[in-house]
Amino acid sequence: MMDKSIKELHELLINKKVTSDELVKEALQKSHEVEDKYNAFVTILDDAKGTMVTDNLLSGIPYGIKDNYSTKGILTTGSSNTLKDYIPFFTATAVENLEKCGAVPVNKTALDEFGMGGTGTTCHTGDVLNPWNKKRMCGGSSAGSACAVASGVYPYALGSDTGDSIRKPAAYCGIVGYKPTYGLISRYGLFPFASSLDHCGVLTRCVEDAAIVVDAMKGKDAKDLTSFDSSNMHLYNSLNGNVKGKKLFYIKEIVDSSNYANIDPLLKEHLDNYFKTLDNLKVLGVSIEEVSIDKTLLQAIPSVYVCLSCAEATSNMSNLTGIIFGPRGNGNNVMEMIKDHRTKGFSPLIKRRFVIGSYILQKENQEKYFVNAQRVRRLIVDKMKELFAKYDGLILPVGTGPAPYIDGSVNHISNNDTSIIEEHLQIGNFGGFPSITIPNGFINDLPVGINITGNCYDDENILNIAYALEGTMNYKGQVAKENNNE
Amino acid sequence: MSKYKAVIGLEMHCELKSNAKVFSPAKNGYSEIPNSNISEIDMAFPGILPTINKESVRSAIMASLVLNCQVPEYLYFDRKNYYYPDLPKGYQITQMHDPIGTNGKILIDMDNYTKEVLIHDIHLEEDSASLDHYIDASLIDYNRAGVPLLELVTEPCFNNASEAVTFLEYMRLVYKYLGISDADTKMGQVRCDVNVSIMEENAKELGTKVEIKNVNSFQNVKDAINYEIKRQTELKDLGRYEEVEQETRRFDEESGTTIRMRSKVDAIDYKYFVEPNIPKYKISEEWINEIKQNIPILPRDRKQKYLDTYNLSEYDANIIVKNKEYADYFEECLNLGMDAKISANYLIVNIIAYLNKYNMELKDFYLQPKYLKQIIDELSKGNISSKQAKEIFTKSLEEHKEPKEFLKDNNQISDIDELTNIIDTILSNNVEQITLYKNGRTNIFDYFVGQVMKETRGKANPTLVKEILTDKLNKAE
Repeated sequence: MMDKSIKELHELLINKKVTSDELVKEALQKSHEVEDKYNAFVTILDDAKGTMVTDNLLSGIPYGIKDNYSTKGILTTGSSNTLKDYIPFFTATAVENLEKCGAVPVNKTALDEFGMGGTGTTCHTGDVLNPWNKKRMCGGSSAGSACAVASGVYPYALGSDTGDSIRKPAAYCGIVGYKPTYGLISRYGLFPFASSLDHCGVLTRCVEDAAIVVDAMKGKDAKDLTSFDSSNMHLYNSLNGNVKGKKLFYIKEIVDSSNYANIDPLLKEHLDNYFKTLDNLKVLGVSIEEVSIDKTLLQAIPSVYVCLSCAEATSNMSNLTGIIFGPRGNGNNVMEMIKDHRTKGFSPLIKRRFVIGSYILQKENQEKYFVNAQRVRRLIVDKMKELFAKYDGLILPVGTGPAPYIDGSVNHISNNDTSIIEEHLQIGNFGGFPSITIPNGFINDLPVGINITGNCYDDENILNIAYALEGTMNYKGQVAKENNNE
Repeated sequence: MSKYKAVIGLEMHCELKSNAKVFSPAKNGYSEIPNSNISEIDMAFPGILPTINKESVRSAIMASLVLNCQVPEYLYFDRKNYYYPDLPKGYQITQMHDPIGTNGKILIDMDNYTKEVLIHDIHLEEDSASLDHYIDASLIDYNRAGVPLLELVTEPCFNNASEAVTFLEYMRLVYKYLGISDADTKMGQVRCDVNVSIMEENAKELGTKVEIKNVNSFQNVKDAINYEIKRQTELKDLGRYEEVEQETRRFDEESGTTIRMRSKVDAIDYKYFVEPNIPKYKISEEWINEIKQNIPILPRDRKQKYLDTYNLSEYDANIIVKNKEYADYFEECLNLGMDAKISANYLIVNIIAYLNKYNMELKDFYLQPKYLKQIIDELSKGNISSKQAKEIFTKSLEEHKEPKEFLKDNNQISDIDELTNIIDTILSNNVEQITLYKNGRTNIFDYFVGQVMKETRGKANPTLVKEILTDKLNKAE
């Protein structure tokens, strides 16, 4: 039952074919199975109960919450040892908004520690395994959410996205991942990674569900000054599938095979599949043009991201001292205690990022690294906005192909410089652009995805294009079928 | 006096009054109960975001305007990053790149001259938690965390402790006049950092700057500056000026000395960057104009008005303006059309004495200007004597009844016929005195007035008595 869409489940509930309690029970049972197989959760809320079914599409339906959303009375760890026993006394606005709809949380999903990772292998509860193939990663940081939605635990789970943390795991797990315009959903209660890049969002199995859920999560929040009034934006009601005359572009320097000398066969397959998908859009009347962007600018994306995200993260996570919350460190004075707490609590990956962030923010380095990164961010965003004035959106493949192996040593080392194609989704975070990934095929029996990114506040349009494209393929609503044949 | 010129700069931190904290909706107010005025934001629980208190921004803009500073087009904030247990977020939200005011100046009155104080900048930030240290533990009270704090930074433009303290006293008064802060040093609402260096009288380059942090009373500011000038002078005289280091010191109240905390080399790199969670906010011309219009007349201007328009003595004017409550009381008296000099006199001689005697505040004083007016008006019209006025003042205060109640009791005899009869009798009994008066002993006139008063137990209308007496005496043979 839990492999159905929100609308299907709502129909069943309204027509009393199933009760909310039954759905919750099934979702909990599924949660335990998925936990045993793929290690996707930090907490399973075994005493979750069904809620009253109302006209609201989300009422009575179970969902998952990434464990970096603050939930009152429910353990919230950020998948970090620094908060391994932390039970908040307030709930994130986005979760509160869903609560008002009667949505039922059934678990808290694992993530790369505080969202600072793209593999799902740096959670304090261990690696999250890909439900299509357990040797593969889910990607991250919304690894547990992607894994659970792909496994059919429930129709949707909340994610957060600072670089591509919703949109990349969605591709690796064969589902939909949507990060709306910056400020559409309040970040109050979301554990921060890099405030100027952080977005709330959702992982689902179809575009319609993503629209329904974000409709419910969004709204101006007095507690988040960066949130905006979107009362005239109706994502779900805007899905009509009519995309005739829409104009998309892609970036030559990213998708043209000629950029990759002696191209890897897998990447070649991924790009060929991508271009085949574009043909589907053309059939719907969408025009797609090739645009060339200065490669130097594109190549700067990953380093700009590292500079800005690490700098902000260093500051954002300075509240984790073990003084007010989190396990107290040992030491003869308070500074020693803080040091001990942080030394023991953070994983090496995060510590490395803190060192980078501190270095970048140092007085003597700020201009060279931090301020320059901000300038390049502005250049990239300006370039995109210039293009969004002409086009409805940018369409690009996600990553270089399917999910990599968890065991890094097995991963094939590419002959090509693939940093731009791996990291281009960060453009969406630089500009706060709405951006959605949907599945567009399989390579070696593993799902791959395609992404559409548009201008700020143009979420309705972007979702509608994704919705239309989704309709031309057979991956809508798909649930992972495990195959370990490699 | 030192033979060197001292150069002093100040940083004055002052807590602002407001309903809520500057970046959270928690209450901004003193509480005996630790950790009672707090929210998750003040304690930096994971996931919190700052809001912004418009009232505090308004207060800061007002202060900026009063200091003749430039107000930036956009309001935004910066993070100052450092670890300390009184700083829950691990950073303080403050203003570094574009403070709410820059490049200002303000005049202050010294005893014999007027001094122009140059303002480097004034900015809005949040206060930290307060710490209480015990032998084996330290306690943290987050009530103060997030309280709006206005930091004023002067140029190094003072040459002695007296100028510095006069400036601090004046600014404290200005904040009170603006109504943006109680500026109570006893409550720790005002805290100062002081920079001191010395130089040869005609030297071009400044000497080595020493910073004294967290001086919490104006007396201590004075003592710290004087001690530091003395210490640096002695070293310079001994040819050991190189021992004066660019460093941070603290003032030790017990010994009256400053003690080294850390040298410039160990200075903390605060890694400032723009606070990403508070979007830039356009400060409109309209808002600035509206705030300008609501700036009250400040102490220095009020004093000038009292001197020029109301002919008060400098001494009296000073006493009145140095306390906003007194000045407001006096302003109300003026607004009610009461005689300025008599009102000022009553305020200084009678009211302040009364307040001091009973350790009271003026706001709790029964005889507010509208009641005092009943006495002062009668007094200035000559309908009652000073002595009567004083009696009514006292009775009114004792019984908490309006003075007019007692004015009735004191019913003056203003009936001309009645007074004429009394005066006739007195004159007929004092023929000798009339002769003396006629022969030039004009002070005899007061004797007659005294006799009338004695006869009427002070109830005769003194103005009328004088008129009738003059008339009668002129006509007398």
